[in-house]
Amino acid sequence: MKKPFERFIEGGLALSGVVTILTTLAIIWVLLSESWGFFREVSIVSFLTDTEWTPLFTNKHYGILPLLSGTVLTTLIALLTALPFGITISVYLSEYAPKKFRQSIKPALETLAAVPTVVYGFFALTVVTPFLQSFIPGLSTFNALSAGIVMGIMIIPLIASMSEDALRAVPKSLREASYGMGATRFQTAFKVVVPAASSGIIVSVILGISRAIGETMVVAIAAGQQPTLTLDPRDAVETITAYIVQVSLGDVQHGSIEYKTIFAAGISLFVFTFILNHISYRLKKKYQEQYE
Amino acid sequence: MKFIEAKDVNVYYGDNHVLHDINLSMKENTVTAFIGPSGCGKSTFLRTLNRMNDYIDTFRLTGKLEIDGKNIYGKKVKVEELRQEVGMVFQKPNPFPKTIFENVAYGLKIQGNKDKDFIEERVEKSLKQSALWGEVKDKLHNSALSLSGGQQQRLCIARTLAVKPTIILMDEPASALDPISTAKIEELISELKASYTIVIVTHNMQQAARISDRTAFFYLGNLIEYDKTTEIFTNPKNKQTENYITGRFG
Repeated sequence: MKKPFERFIEGGLALSGVVTILTTLAIIWVLLSESWGFFREVSIVSFLTDTEWTPLFTNKHYGILPLLSGTVLTTLIALLTALPFGITISVYLSEYAPKKFRQSIKPALETLAAVPTVVYGFFALTVVTPFLQSFIPGLSTFNALSAGIVMGIMIIPLIASMSEDALRAVPKSLREASYGMGATRFQTAFKVVVPAASSGIIVSVILGISRAIGETMVVAIAAGQQPTLTLDPRDAVETITAYIVQVSLGDVQHGSIEYKTIFAAGISLFVFTFILNHISYRLKKKYQEQYE
Repeated sequence: MKFIEAKDVNVYYGDNHVLHDINLSMKENTVTAFIGPSGCGKSTFLRTLNRMNDYIDTFRLTGKLEIDGKNIYGKKVKVEELRQEVGMVFQKPNPFPKTIFENVAYGLKIQGNKDKDFIEERVEKSLKQSALWGEVKDKLHNSALSLSGGQQQRLCIARTLAVKPTIILMDEPASALDPISTAKIEELISELKASYTIVIVTHNMQQAARISDRTAFFYLGNLIEYDKTTEIFTNPKNKQTENYITGRFG
């Protein structure tokens, strides 16, 4: 016989689990039902192939590609910024830094992740863009480059911290084996520890990508709000998230086609990040098996 | 000839004095066993021989430790070169999560060796020396983690041999293995003696008696007795040694 208190706790835990799942299901339901309405009016083919996204104009086009290219472009720039720094920092912290230094720098790094994204957005617009304009000709006030770089800076702590965890999870015995054969610290770090932690590092990068794709404030503020099908980082672009904000804040009528575009864009974003998170989950599982 | 020689070696971890005035010398092509209860300093001493303790922040050593007449804690010594001379096999098999081939080739590759034929030849030779070749020759490109514990340990020995050390340090190399794998490792040690100088830490006194030429008994950071293995086990001079080998403590 279980004690009543045990049962109460168990029930409470189960309930909180169910609430999370129900919330997710509810979100998916809303996304599906509202975008269903959208796709009854706009064919999925033109949604995926039209190169213009102008639902708020008189001449309406509903092609997701410009928003997608804006999202991919800013995310790519963010990744190119964050990856080298994030990995270098994580290797330094896990393999080189003295224990005390690591213990004080890691919380500081994680604080960086706690800065509100709107602050990052204005940092991009008022500091990074003017700085970049001083040597990049033709850089618009709103541009993908500066938003992407700042988003990269924003996800550095995430990648660095999670990669560091993965690196430190590599057993000490592997490092000793490498040192024992005459390897230097550098060789040990990059030929043994990093490869052994590679799936963990990839997971951190994928979560970083998910974060960049879902990021809203920085791109809404600094990248402009012009859906353009371009891969030129100097141009103003609009990402899926920025579009959703733009429309949600405007005076679009509830139930109208313009209103439904929010959900069509939202479900595209959802599918995108869902796939990425799924990949990262699979990798994580594989990685956990390796040493257990 | 005195190949490895320790003169008044003292080791400290911070304020903790873990080895007291160790004086001992080992000859070339012999097997020396270090025995003693847990925490007696035998592993610490073993690890001073390839400077593996360097990574412990508070580690400090005084006295002189010479290999082939060279002070290995001298200022000009490159620790990476020292470790190519003094290989090490650890307590738990610790193959890299790479292929069998890559594990054995690792030591050569980090030395900058790019000659494919040479590496292949050396990998084969090392695996033959460690009596593993027959079991793995058809699956060299499988993961080393797919091998059994005993095979992994022989792989680790092969990996160490590939670098061509003159001395091999073994830190309880069979303590995590089953009796059959242990027997194989012991057999291997007797064969390797012809070409290498071996220093082995072991908890297993029968093992020390079976495979070593000389035995050193450590207790509480002191070297209590060091003599021919047969002497230590049949005619120990020190009361503590006798108590330990007869199983009265430890």
